[in-house]
Amino acid sequence: MSSESIEIVFNGESRSTQSATVAELLKEFELAGRKVAVELNREIVQRSDYSGIALKNGDSIEIVQFVGGG
Amino acid sequence: MSSNAVRTEQMQEDDSFLIGGKRFSSRLIVGSGKYPSFQTTRDATIAAGAEMITVAVRRVNITDPNKESLLEYFADLKDLTILPNTAGCYTLEDCLRTARLARAAGVGDFVKVEVIGDEKTLYPDNELTIEACKILSDEGFICLPYITDDPITARKCEEAGAAAVMPLASPIGSGLGIQNEHSLRFIIEQSKVPVIVDAGVGTPSDAARCLEMGADGVLTNSAIALAKDPVLMAAAMKQGVAAGRLAYRAGRMPKKQFASASSPDSGLI
Repeated sequence: MSSESIEIVFNGESRSTQSATVAELLKEFELAGRKVAVELNREIVQRSDYSGIALKNGDSIEIVQFVGGG
Repeated sequence: MSSNAVRTEQMQEDDSFLIGGKRFSSRLIVGSGKYPSFQTTRDATIAAGAEMITVAVRRVNITDPNKESLLEYFADLKDLTILPNTAGCYTLEDCLRTARLARAAGVGDFVKVEVIGDEKTLYPDNELTIEACKILSDEGFICLPYITDDPITARKCEEAGAAAVMPLASPIGSGLGIQNEHSLRFIIEQSKVPVIVDAGVGTPSDAARCLEMGADGVLTNSAIALAKDPVLMAAAMKQGVAAGRLAYRAGRMPKKQFASASSPDSGLI
């Protein structure tokens, strides 16, 4: 993790994080390896890109999972 | 071979069907909402003999990310097809976005296309649903649209590439059973893709009636999840669906206006 922290909007909430990539953010929130999907600034991030895509100040990120439904 | 053995073989013969190229033996699709626990969801799904289960797509809980995940309870059930829904979406854009996110999470190409048009009835917006089927089918999704019991909408969904059509029996979560049998019959008669009656099934007899009419399957959630004993009700629903399907294959007796004695008229004392 880089030492500098950035401000992002995560699932609609403002958050400050030191995670530099999507993969690091997933790890920070203990979501690594879970069946989730990630959207960065309204674009879906493919699994293979989690480590390669850098987060920057002001990014808006959505992480969803599956819950009970009919 | 004894006559009994022949009958048993007939009942057990392959009666599977295809949705989007995938073969299913079970004609009961279950939901996963409203259960008291994930363990009960799992137990009921197994008791129902279901091979497909619907799930919803929602934001992860940031404040409590360690909350148990539903799918972990189904991880070992390799033959279970996950059917993500787009429930709660009121616009085409939200529906497409939800479907694409669901697929990105890696559970396959199936999607229950749901665009709600009204908060009170939760009736679908058929027009936007057809549009969503068109776009998502082109993107390679296997679309199962939730629609009203309208034959025109069913036909248009089919033309838009839907792999099955899922007309409602009555409003979502109402348990009111089939409200418009005539419309459902039209849909069943005309459809070249499987017809799954979705929403409103309240009891196994409702499910049996759907199958007796020739529906290919039913999708039910509340009827099982909200029963006093969901696992027992799931087993009952499985039998209702099986009985309805066998009755459809057997072909019901013709209806008559008046009585017709079952015992012979001759030889009376």
